[in-house]
Amino acid sequence: MITPVVQVEDFNLEYRLGKRWLNVLRDVSFAIMPDEIHGLVGESGSGKSTLALAIMNSFTPNARVAGGRVRFEGEDLLDRTPAEMRSIWGKRMSLVPQDALAALNPSHTVGDQIGEITRLHEGLSRRESLRRAEEMLRRVRISDPETVMRRYPHQLSGGMQQRVTIAMALSTSPRLLILDEPTTALDVTTQAVIVDLFRDLIHDTHAAALYVSHDLGLVAQLCDRVTVLYGGEVMACAPAADLYGRPLHPYTISLLASLPRRTEGAETRLPTIEGVAPALADRPAGCVFAARCPAALEQCRREKPPLEVIAGDRLIKCWRWREIASGALIIDTSPQQGAGDAPPRDGYVLTAQAMFKAFDPPTLVDRLLMTGRRPLRAVDDASLRVRARSTLGLVGESGSGKTTLARLIVGLETADAGALELLDMPLDLRLNRRPRSALRELQMVFQNPNDALNPYLSVGEQLGRAVRWLSDERLSRDTVRERVRALLSAVRLPETFAERYPVELSGGEKQRVAIARAFAADPALVVADEPTSALDVSVQSVILNLLKDLRALKGASYLLISHNLDAVAFLADWIVVMYLGEIVEQGSVAQVYSAPSHPYTEALISAIPVADPAAQRKHIRLEGELPSPRDLPTGCRFHTRCPRKIGAICEHDAPPIREAGDGHYIRCHIPIEDLTRLQVEDPAAHVSEAG
Amino acid sequence: MLRFLTRRLALLALTLFLTSILVFASTQILPGDVARLILGREAQDQALQDLREELGLNQPLPVQYTAWLTGFVSGDWGRAFTGGRPPIRPLVMERLGRSMQLALVTLILTVPLSVTLGVIAGLRENTWIDSVINILTLAVVGLPEFVTGLVLINVFALGLGWFPTGAALSSDAPLGEALRQMILPATAAGFVMMAYIVRMTRAGVIDEMKKTYVRTAILKGLSRRQVIVRHVLRNALLPTVTVIALSIGWLIGGLIVIENVFNYPGLGRLMTAAVEDKDIPLMQATVMVVVFFFALANLAADVVYALLNPRIRLE
Ligand code: SF4
Ligand code: SF4
Repeated sequence: MITPVVQVEDFNLEYRLGKRWLNVLRDVSFAIMPDEIHGLVGESGSGKSTLALAIMNSFTPNARVAGGRVRFEGEDLLDRTPAEMRSIWGKRMSLVPQDALAALNPSHTVGDQIGEITRLHEGLSRRESLRRAEEMLRRVRISDPETVMRRYPHQLSGGMQQRVTIAMALSTSPRLLILDEPTTALDVTTQAVIVDLFRDLIHDTHAAALYVSHDLGLVAQLCDRVTVLYGGEVMACAPAADLYGRPLHPYTISLLASLPRRTEGAETRLPTIEGVAPALADRPAGCVFAARCPAALEQCRREKPPLEVIAGDRLIKCWRWREIASGALIIDTSPQQGAGDAPPRDGYVLTAQAMFKAFDPPTLVDRLLMTGRRPLRAVDDASLRVRARSTLGLVGESGSGKTTLARLIVGLETADAGALELLDMPLDLRLNRRPRSALRELQMVFQNPNDALNPYLSVGEQLGRAVRWLSDERLSRDTVRERVRALLSAVRLPETFAERYPVELSGGEKQRVAIARAFAADPALVVADEPTSALDVSVQSVILNLLKDLRALKGASYLLISHNLDAVAFLADWIVVMYLGEIVEQGSVAQVYSAPSHPYTEALISAIPVADPAAQRKHIRLEGELPSPRDLPTGCRFHTRCPRKIGAICEHDAPPIREAGDGHYIRCHIPIEDLTRLQVEDPAAHVSEAG
Repeated sequence: MLRFLTRRLALLALTLFLTSILVFASTQILPGDVARLILGREAQDQALQDLREELGLNQPLPVQYTAWLTGFVSGDWGRAFTGGRPPIRPLVMERLGRSMQLALVTLILTVPLSVTLGVIAGLRENTWIDSVINILTLAVVGLPEFVTGLVLINVFALGLGWFPTGAALSSDAPLGEALRQMILPATAAGFVMMAYIVRMTRAGVIDEMKKTYVRTAILKGLSRRQVIVRHVLRNALLPTVTVIALSIGWLIGGLIVIENVFNYPGLGRLMTAAVEDKDIPLMQATVMVVVFFFALANLAADVVYALLNPRIRLE
């Protein structure tokens, strides 16, 4: 029998909180086999990162092991001192951390930091270690390792920083790699490239790996086996194909069903998991998932189910898995039906014409010293229109200018040029020149609800303020209270929440309050900037459904900004794709998703990981770095990374905007017919080598 | 970096220029007639008149200012009014030399010790040793310089007789003798600095130890000592280095109380003397020199910080 690289048995970990010891991880068992990429998925608070570090026998000072074992290649790790761990850390097991910039020392060069590890463990001289570091950088496909060696971490892009940490982790050929959400901070296209790199490198070195992530899609695309953690306990562990293809645990089933995706029809709602994960201090005595489980029985609440081994290689912790496996119990995951949407009306709520915004103009000093500093062109000649009662999804990666464009529209930044119209009335570019009626009609929901809510006011008070402030008449106290109650119920929060303060709410609840506030005065347009990306997977679908319901109920329109095309596609009718400040494509969801589409959109869609290990998406990867918006490429701005570039014309001439169908526009030199042919016949044209 | 330096130098020049106006203006509003001050109460009107003519005191103020400034910049600092009217520049330079020596001795006495204490306190945060260091430094920072000064004199000079009380020494005294004279004032100045350096270092170490890169270093398999020496200190000491560079200005031009208590012939003492004697040109010169060193120390602090911090150096 093969020894697993890692074997965790009945592991329990506690944190001290004041005088109490709280259970963070309970009876965790699973194993990682040689050559295996093992996914560890869970939402925030599930204990996944704590578990990952525990496997390295690394704990925070307030933690204590309360039972169980962690074996690494057969050796018991938990009773080793840190001094004894030193011959293992960095040599036989390495960590690829979440936030690469924070994890690298800001004042050592990249070369030194990578070299340090082989100097330490292999006794290499400085010169040799640097040579090895350079070789490692080449292996992580950094094209110019000599220069990168001498760079400091902050001089590299996020993707490069993450490559450096993986180069560092792999330079001693460890037996085990622990990757703790290593791509969470990266853009989708960069993430796709880095994940490909991980897969290749891990398989090349025959290491085992534990990949910690909250992203079910990513794990599906990368991992051989997956362990699902919820509330500090293992819910299920299975080969990826089984876990995604034939999920047996109610949590896994509901979670997979709730992932946002393109849906036909405005009335469709995502299946959701109600409620929130139990807080550390009040985890239940019975099944941790019981409070939110659609199949919970009395027994589930009383008694914890055992972690059972089934079919030889699956673990599951649920009283009712047999019924689920036999088909006797079916967890309902069919899309819910919401209140029917009123169909989009004719006309537009918002028109933005030729919006332009540059940041950071050169200063006097720059001009005197002729530093050649140029302004940063964040939004360049962008026009869009939002139809009444519909949702426009604005998509692009960081640096695309999508958020800036939204802020220009809302007035949080003042555009340098352009024209806005709201409900067929001209809207001043400056916020302080806009009438109150315009403020009422145009509301914003932010990515992080903490930024939007006042921590010192109760939910009722802040909603009341918004109601009063946006009203033209003086409202009586009772009217205000009545409206607040109505708002809370519209976002499905109990009335009693009016008394609570933001700190007492979970992330999803806060976002609901923020949405309620945006709807305080029946706005015509709500601009939502990544409204779900700071939230846990199980909560995202709830918020997306809510936004859809409110649109039906209140007849509002949305301008939804996101980096995730799939999430946008669930809610949007119309999509606008931006790259480096320019709109490169716009069209209906169906148009954008099928050929022809802009080469960038095509790459963007192919980079989104699908939560299905068997799924085949086009494999298009964007190599190279996103150019600086201060120093824009000539010709087509996408030419430095475009996998379908047709030649010098792309580098020299700005591409025309071509019409590809009813209202579907693509900015590209390739004629529409050719583009369609290319994308249909040759889905992955000269793709991996491009750039 | 070049941009940064040019901007900083320009700022330095501007500061000095503005100070010069301020210094000149403030000496003008001092009461009393300069000529009479120099020649004494019994001076004849004619003699006074001649002297005023010689010193340019009859000219309009802007002209006087320009003359003074150009003189100052070109190295002609004039003569003092009092004490036998010696030329100012050699006098100030001699005192400046003494001040620099004292500053150097103070730094040598203070910096290694306080940085070590700060690092220990930071690494052992919230243990007894941290508390002891904290209480000691707090106690020292609470005492005014003249109190520590007097205590030092009483105990080590008058009581134990180990060091001189601070009779002025001729400039050609042997090095050992000069050092003996400097130990006590340097210790008094060092006490003040030590408290700052210890607390700065402690805070820096505590901050850095919490950073994620420290975990990376530990999980590379480095020993605790390697983690601290190679990774933590370099970043943790950045603010400390800045504080030390800044303090140089104070050590050279700001030891007024200490130099007086110990009767040490540095710049600070020269400045007080000039003020007591209403010796305007001497006052102007010393103040300008002191301000120059403060500004220089500031610049040095910024430059050192930028040099040690790649995030700024490579802007
Ligand atoms: S044990 Fe009960 S509550 Fe827990 S997941 Fe299974 S069915 Fe749901
Ligand atoms: S114009 Fe050229 S570079 Fe730009 S997207 Fe089209 S093919 Fe690619």
